[in-house]
Amino acid sequence: MQKLTKEDVHPKIIEALLGADTNITIEDALENEMILNMGPQHPATHGVLRLLLRLDGETVMACVPELGYLHRGYEKMAENMSYYEFVPHTDRLDYLAPMANNVAYVLAVEKLAGIEVPPRAQYIRMMVAELARIASHLVAMGALAMDVGALTIFLWTLREREKILDIWDILCGARFTNSYTRIGGVANDVQPEALAKVKWFIDQFDEKLEECEKLLNTNRIFVERLEGIGVVSAEDAIDLGLTGPSLRGSGVEFDLRRATPYLFYNEMDFKVITHKEGDSLARYFVRVEEAYESAKIVRQILDKMPQGETMANQPKKVLPKKAEVYSKMEELIHDFMIINFGINPPAGEIYSAVENPKGELGFYLVSKGEGSPWKCKIRSPSFVNLQAIPHLVKGHLISDVVAIVGSIDPVMGEADK
Amino acid sequence: MELKDLIIQKLNDKFKDIKLEIVEYRNELTILFDKQNILNVCKFLKDDDDLQFRLCEDVTAIDWAKTHNRFTVVYHIFSLKNNFRLSLKANIDESDCSIDSVSSVWRTANWEEREAYDMYGIKFNNHPDLRRMYMPEEFEYHPLRKDFPLMGITGSLSLPKK
Repeated sequence: MQKLTKEDVHPKIIEALLGADTNITIEDALENEMILNMGPQHPATHGVLRLLLRLDGETVMACVPELGYLHRGYEKMAENMSYYEFVPHTDRLDYLAPMANNVAYVLAVEKLAGIEVPPRAQYIRMMVAELARIASHLVAMGALAMDVGALTIFLWTLREREKILDIWDILCGARFTNSYTRIGGVANDVQPEALAKVKWFIDQFDEKLEECEKLLNTNRIFVERLEGIGVVSAEDAIDLGLTGPSLRGSGVEFDLRRATPYLFYNEMDFKVITHKEGDSLARYFVRVEEAYESAKIVRQILDKMPQGETMANQPKKVLPKKAEVYSKMEELIHDFMIINFGINPPAGEIYSAVENPKGELGFYLVSKGEGSPWKCKIRSPSFVNLQAIPHLVKGHLISDVVAIVGSIDPVMGEADK
Repeated sequence: MELKDLIIQKLNDKFKDIKLEIVEYRNELTILFDKQNILNVCKFLKDDDDLQFRLCEDVTAIDWAKTHNRFTVVYHIFSLKNNFRLSLKANIDESDCSIDSVSSVWRTANWEEREAYDMYGIKFNNHPDLRRMYMPEEFEYHPLRKDFPLMGITGSLSLPKK
C-alpha cells in the first residue's frame, strides 16, 4: 500500500472518490484525510483488484474499486470463434472452478441450439460442478482465514482441494484448465477409477472439513475479525445484485439450483443454506455448510447415475466420435462441417444462468444463424459482487477491508473477463 | 392466469400508449419498447406487488452493425418472488447514442451500465458515475463495437513511461 498524491491518480477517479456519498461522521479531532492505493499487486486483494481508499485516520470514508487489470476481451474473442472453440476459454474465467464454467457455457449453447443431452452426461456434469463448488469453497475458506491471520487452515483446505484436482487428472487429463464438457455431452465417459476416487474423497470429506472447522469456528481471533464486519442487509444485498453465498449470507434464500432447476437438481435432496446476519462471518458459514451440502449431492449422484451414452446423437450439431470420423464417410463430413463452419444454431437469443460457486454465472448468447455467436455476454458473479465492496467497507478500518474482500471471494479472471 | 400473461396484461393496462413488442423464444419472455419509456417501465416492474422484479441480473448491449437502430440495450431482470426471468429491450440509433440510466432503480445497474458504456459507447443519462469500467480512461475506442478490429488498433493504448 502506498500513499498517493493528486498526480498519481486519474482526475476522474479522484472525482468519484470525493463525490461518493459519505454519511459517516467521526468525532475525532484527528483530521488527516488521505487517499490510499491498495493493489493491484496486493496479496489480500485475491488477484489484480485495485481499491482506492479515502481515509480519515484509519477509517475508510469511501472506496472506489478499479477493474480491468486482467481484461482479456473474452466477449470480443467469442464473437470471432466457433461455439466449440470457446469452451477452453471458459476455464480461464473463474479459474478456481473451471469445471463449473464449462458446464455453464455448454448448457447455454445447448439451450440456444436446442440439443438434448443424454442423462448420464447430465449426471456427470452435475457431479463435476458440485466437486468444483467444493474445491472453490475450500480455497475461499482457506484464503479468508489467511487474510485474517490463520495460515494453517489454508494448507489444510488446499490439501483437500488437491484430492479433487487429482480426480480431474484422471477424468480429463488436466488438473486446472479442464475443458471437460463438450457441446452435447462430455469429452469422455467417467472412468471407474475416477468414480472410485470420487467415492473415496466424498467418504472422508466430511471428517476432514470438520477438522478444518474446529480450527476456525471457536477461534476467537478469527471470529472477532469477522463478526459484524461488512454487514449488508437483505434489501441492500438484492439491490446491489449480490448472488451466491454472499446473498445467502444475508438471509435471502435464492439459489438458482432451486429457483430455476437445470440439469437434474430438481431430483436432488439438498438444503439451501442461509444465514441472516449478513456479516463476513455469515458468508463464511454459508460457504462451509454449502460444501457439506455439495458432498451430499455428490453422494446422491453416485447412487443414481444411470448408464448410457455421454454424447448426444445429433450429427449436425454434435461432433462425432474420433473412431467413427476415421472409418465412416457420413461422420467425416459432419466433422468437417462442424469444425470449419460451426454448428449454426437458429437465429435467436437466450440467457442461461447457473449457480456457480461465486454466484450466478450467466451467458447471454445472440445467434444470427452463423457459426460463431453474434454476441456472447458473460454475466460474471464476481464482477457484480465486487460492486458491493464500497458499500461494505464504508466506516470500517483498513484491516477490515482485507477481511471483507476475502469474504466476498472475488476471482478477478471472472470479474475482468 | 399464467405469469407471462399477467406481466403482459399489467404492462398493457399501465402503459396504454406504449407499443410493446413481445417475443417468446425457448421459453424466455422478451419485451421490446421505445427507449424513452425505459425508466418508467423498470420502476413499475420493480415496485409492482405481484411482479417484484427486484434483482437486476444484467445490462448489456448488442451492436447490430447497421445504419438504423444500430444498438439494442438488453436488461435481464429476475423476480425472486415468482422465480421468473424477464428480458427488456430498447433500440438505440447511432445518431442519438444514449438512454436513461436505470441505476436509480437497481443499484446493480451502475457497473453494468459503465461496462456497456465502455464497450459500446452508449451514454446512460443521469448515471451517477459514468466512467470506463475496464479500459483506461484515455482510450478512445469502444472495443465491442463491430467496427473495432479483433487485433486492436496500433498505438491506441499508451504504454507506461520508462
